[in-house]
Amino acid sequence: MTSPSTGTLSPPEAERNDKPLSRRGDRVFAGLARAAGITIMVALAAVFVFLFAEGRSGLSAAEATYRPASDFLRYIGPLVVSTILAACIALLVAVPFAVAIALFISHYAPRSIATPVAYVIDLLAAVPSVVFGLWGGRYLAQFLQPAHVWLSEHLGFLPFFGSPPSPNGRSLFTAGIVLAIMILPIVTAISREVFAQTPRLHEEAALALGATRWEMIRYAVFPYARSGMVSGVMLGLGRALGETMAVAMVLATSPAVTLNIIGTAAPATIASNIALNYKEATPSRQSLLIATGLVLFAVTFLINFVARWVVGRNERKQARA
Amino acid sequence: MAKSIDVSDLNIYYGDFLAVEGVSMTIKAKSVTAFIGPSGCGKSTMLRSLNRMHEVIPGARVEGKVMVDGQSLYGPEVDPVAVRRSIGMVFQRPNPFPTLSIYDNVLAGSRLNSRKLSKSDADGIVERSLKGANLWNEVKDRLGKPGQGLSGGQQQRLCIARAIAVEPEVLLMDEPCSALDPISTSAIEDLIHELKERYTIVIVTHNMQQAARVSDETGFFNLKAAGQPGHLVEFNPTKKMFSNPDEPSTEAYISGRFG
Repeated sequence: MTSPSTGTLSPPEAERNDKPLSRRGDRVFAGLARAAGITIMVALAAVFVFLFAEGRSGLSAAEATYRPASDFLRYIGPLVVSTILAACIALLVAVPFAVAIALFISHYAPRSIATPVAYVIDLLAAVPSVVFGLWGGRYLAQFLQPAHVWLSEHLGFLPFFGSPPSPNGRSLFTAGIVLAIMILPIVTAISREVFAQTPRLHEEAALALGATRWEMIRYAVFPYARSGMVSGVMLGLGRALGETMAVAMVLATSPAVTLNIIGTAAPATIASNIALNYKEATPSRQSLLIATGLVLFAVTFLINFVARWVVGRNERKQARA
Repeated sequence: MAKSIDVSDLNIYYGDFLAVEGVSMTIKAKSVTAFIGPSGCGKSTMLRSLNRMHEVIPGARVEGKVMVDGQSLYGPEVDPVAVRRSIGMVFQRPNPFPTLSIYDNVLAGSRLNSRKLSKSDADGIVERSLKGANLWNEVKDRLGKPGQGLSGGQQQRLCIARAIAVEPEVLLMDEPCSALDPISTSAIEDLIHELKERYTIVIVTHNMQQAARVSDETGFFNLKAAGQPGHLVEFNPTKKMFSNPDEPSTEAYISGRFG
């Protein structure tokens, strides 16, 4: 076969070839793309293998390793609860905010305001988590302390808002708020992109029926953007579950299991627990911490799969109906 | 109820750009009025200014008067949302809401207007509108299925059903058949004939035969030159436009000598 890169039409003998004609550039690019795709899968598998190999002994070590708990499940349980609580607070706070900001940028603000707002939100993503941790622990915690008192007084009947409220504000609640600010940019950026891509035709369909702008957003923008928004929320959730430094610096930790998010102390999250303890840990303790990393890995995967499945099921149901 | 529209000295701007200049015409109630003309001459802009849909584009504004049965469309107290509830629109490409069923697509406008609809009222509106759009027999057994599962022609009739479900005073159609095959086009044209018994219809079309077939009156729009605003060259009964137009440029366009 003659070189396809000459740019001329293929000679007749090429047509007898069973393989479809392909250009060198296409093949090279396809190869690169495939290699990139495979690399990421391999990297993920390698992380899993590492966590499993190094952490396996931490799953069933001597009882002393798990102090103050007595076995692995009792050790990891409070950490998982804290991790999920903090991530839930972050999502509950960040997602409505992010969606509102994204809508403001894509559908409400004039361009002269929307562009700088979008830019500032993106900048927020560039702030290192240590900085958020410093700010959260030293300033925001004190600032939010009165909110802790209020929540404890008015919503104290819920298990999440027990008393006494934290006197310095270094609670899961504050940690969750810091996480919310940290995941806000990614959720906003992705929502904004999918909102802006809503087909004009669908927007006009709603407007021509006499929809107000908000009704148009409900009829045309949200249905179109839903799966993209879920992707954005999942990315934010991943970051909230795995964030280390900010939580480690904000949260006052204690091993006691509690659902109380405004109390004086709460168990660390999995990631911040690793960061706080890894350096001074004995080898057996280190494998234990790696094993908790494995659990975090699994929890993140599980939540993502479940969320995708739920969304996918809704969409499939709609397609079948 | 069907209403007539009086347009006088209408200029339409996009920002500083004058898109359509000095249009005056009277659109009769319960008749079909067609706008024809070359691309970019402002027909669609003109059509959209009749239910203020052009305002979707930032910077768009009009000067002049549009009166619907004596009521100004652009008065300071007039809400564009209310205007669009009484002047419906059908677009170039069918645009049913992708996530809604056929049933809910038809009801979308009614649900926007009045939140509470009893099941029997809703069923009544859906059946009446789909029958009005000649779609009922084709979809009555699958009202719960998504509107996007229909063929292009059926989707367009679904959009017409959605538009007439709210009993508009006027129905605007922006090249409603340009994305459809000849059979679907013919179904829509038949439908337009039936709809004009009850509604005032304004249709933009690139298809001269279509204008001749469906309309009672025709307006021919043209550009004076490239970059110049579009203007209304001639507005006359369709029969006269296609047999003995007043303006030589109308005749040239209709007979295919330019445009």
